[in-house]
Amino acid sequence: MLDVAVAYSRYRFLGAEFLTWLWYAVETEPDVIKAAAMGRGVLSVGDRIVLENSLDQPVERVTISGENADLGEGMLALKKGALVAELRLHYTAGDQDWRFSLKGDTLALTGLKTPRSAPVESADEIEGAVLDKVGLCDEVVRLVDSLFLRFVKLRVSERWREEVIPKMKAWIKGARF
Amino acid sequence: MGLLSSSVALARYRVEGKLEEPVLETVAESLERHVIGDIDGNLPEKAVGWTSFETPYQPDFAKSSLVIGAYFVFALRVDKKTIPRGVIGKHCAAEEARELARTGAQYITREEKRRIRGQVEEGLLLTIPATPNIFDVIWHYEAGELWLCSTLKEANEALETLFYRTFNLSLIRLFPFTLAELSAKLSAAAHDRLLAISPTSLKG
Repeated sequence: MLDVAVAYSRYRFLGAEFLTWLWYAVETEPDVIKAAAMGRGVLSVGDRIVLENSLDQPVERVTISGENADLGEGMLALKKGALVAELRLHYTAGDQDWRFSLKGDTLALTGLKTPRSAPVESADEIEGAVLDKVGLCDEVVRLVDSLFLRFVKLRVSERWREEVIPKMKAWIKGARF
Repeated sequence: MGLLSSSVALARYRVEGKLEEPVLETVAESLERHVIGDIDGNLPEKAVGWTSFETPYQPDFAKSSLVIGAYFVFALRVDKKTIPRGVIGKHCAAEEARELARTGAQYITREEKRRIRGQVEEGLLLTIPATPNIFDVIWHYEAGELWLCSTLKEANEALETLFYRTFNLSLIRLFPFTLAELSAKLSAAAHDRLLAISPTSLKG
């Protein structure tokens, strides 16, 4: 394997491409998302998207946030060559829901809010609470892995250039938000 | 922010290698050897070590649940003393005034200022308490996966260094490329294509 620090810098764009593809897939390819979630839940874009255009120097950064944010600004940034650097997502499965942000460069999860579990009222309840919380966090971790691994397989295939890029460009061009 | 907080941050790692059997005893003894030290009342500005999940301010791996289900659960603790610049400046000014009065000199040399500042900082480090920062660690030993409940660069770097020193095992941070390499199970041809990829432009 390549040196980790070298790989981090050399392939940093991979995470931004993943998040951009994820936004596209959430909006236009629900079957892909459904398959990654093993039919358990629904994923939607949350209330914050950060885009970065590394073609510009200094790097241009556009942040769209808020419940009624104008996603058109994000599309405009994509048209200019920006990619998604950070994406807030909302995942619902049955009556449970998760909210979390994914950072493209590290794929770290931040601001992860899992479905509520019973409050810990005594020391005896800590072990159960830990297992509950780990299980709830793991649900999102597995979903992200499943989505990312689907993306990687697509990204290294011929389909990426021949099929996915034209479709994503058409989505960006024709987007009406 | 810890695992049981309402909002969690997770940095993910792959653990390379296995520990000596019996694993539970090896983990417990290794954590104990690198437990966080108390630096209050002492000179060090910073201490990095392990602590127990349930009692992070009173590390005790025997009383706290180190194993929960399939996981080792403990915490990284980073204690730091931060002396506000203004406090150092105030104490230095007072010390320099005392020095001038004592020697009758007109001014204080740069060398003398440096000496006074060093003494002041040492004195303050002995009195100022360290602020503890606690980051929970969840280690699924059998799966070779580890989570740190923080995405702060300083916490992640401290974890990587201390983990290696403690267990003699390497942590590989899972970011897009490492996750693709370690988990995507790509064919040799697909792996070669991964190594050769260059950025996509969606500029329209």
